[in-house]
Amino acid sequence: MMDRAVFPEDVEFHPAEEPHHPEGSSTMLGFWIYLMSDCLIFAVLFAVHAVFGASYAAGPAPKDIFELELVAINTAVLLLSSITFGFAMLRMHMGDKKGTLIWLGITGVFGVIFLAVEIYEFTHLISIGATPQRSAFLSSFFTLVGTHGLHVTFGTIWLVTMMVQVWKFGLIEANQRRLSCLSMFWHFLDVIWIGVFTFVYLLGVLQ
Amino acid sequence: MSETHLDQLSKSPGSDQHDGHDGHHTGIPHGTFKGYMTGFLLSVILTAIPFYLVMEMPIPDAQLVGFTVVAFAVVQILVHMVFFLHLDPRAEGGWIILALVFTIILVVIAIAGTMWVMYHLNANMMPVHDMPGS
Repeated sequence: MMDRAVFPEDVEFHPAEEPHHPEGSSTMLGFWIYLMSDCLIFAVLFAVHAVFGASYAAGPAPKDIFELELVAINTAVLLLSSITFGFAMLRMHMGDKKGTLIWLGITGVFGVIFLAVEIYEFTHLISIGATPQRSAFLSSFFTLVGTHGLHVTFGTIWLVTMMVQVWKFGLIEANQRRLSCLSMFWHFLDVIWIGVFTFVYLLGVLQ
Repeated sequence: MSETHLDQLSKSPGSDQHDGHDGHHTGIPHGTFKGYMTGFLLSVILTAIPFYLVMEMPIPDAQLVGFTVVAFAVVQILVHMVFFLHLDPRAEGGWIILALVFTIILVVIAIAGTMWVMYHLNANMMPVHDMPGS
């Protein structure tokens, strides 16, 4: 480090004028920072669930109400949607508009299946009386899993929007950038889901 | 930051100094088919084992199974970060990884701190059913 202290006299330590940034060059970093802030939202919800996860208020425990088969199906669906989104991105980099749209469509179908299974799970729980009002455990469960589900909902809406954009305007640079953001969002949701199925469902049932 | 970078600054103050942006405007990290498939297969294995361990309980020790399941989750999160999110320590001049490390520190403080404080709060509370006259 010390040898850097000696510089020629004419060295400029900053550019004379503001460097020109091409349009959208900072979007990926900005979107990543958004994802990190989203991560903090989930961290708080996981922390709440860690505290309330065993507060059943003499109500149902995870063992009584969780159906791990459903969770396994949803995990598989989300994982498959991650790989199909990856294939869409590979097609996009190849400039294959039709292939991109097909893989995005398949990803969207997986997203809808995930949401359908989750809505079925929630309505089933509510119908047997395991409502968010029943116990602190169920309140934090519905908040955490529901927040993830909301993210998948908006991700799916965004995905359909992007399919229309690509269909109408093609794989222009702006669309490539937007698809890359959505791809990060989608894979990020899968990462959060790893935390959900591990800490909420699997460890919940083990308790 | 290296000395060569400083040299570039002094030689061409007006030109594009962002080495990461040359001919690669969007800075989109590229994945490969092989990379996605590797990540997918690893994820399938890392998901299937914890589900099997909990649903079939081949090991009757719940605590051991719990630790194993969490270990699998940590590995799977790393697999997703590398193969799906294409995490590159050099991307965006290191800001991506810096933001990630900062977030991980905050997440650990928030979750571990909450559990620590709330556990002690709980443990130090006088149990209601032991109170006289209740």
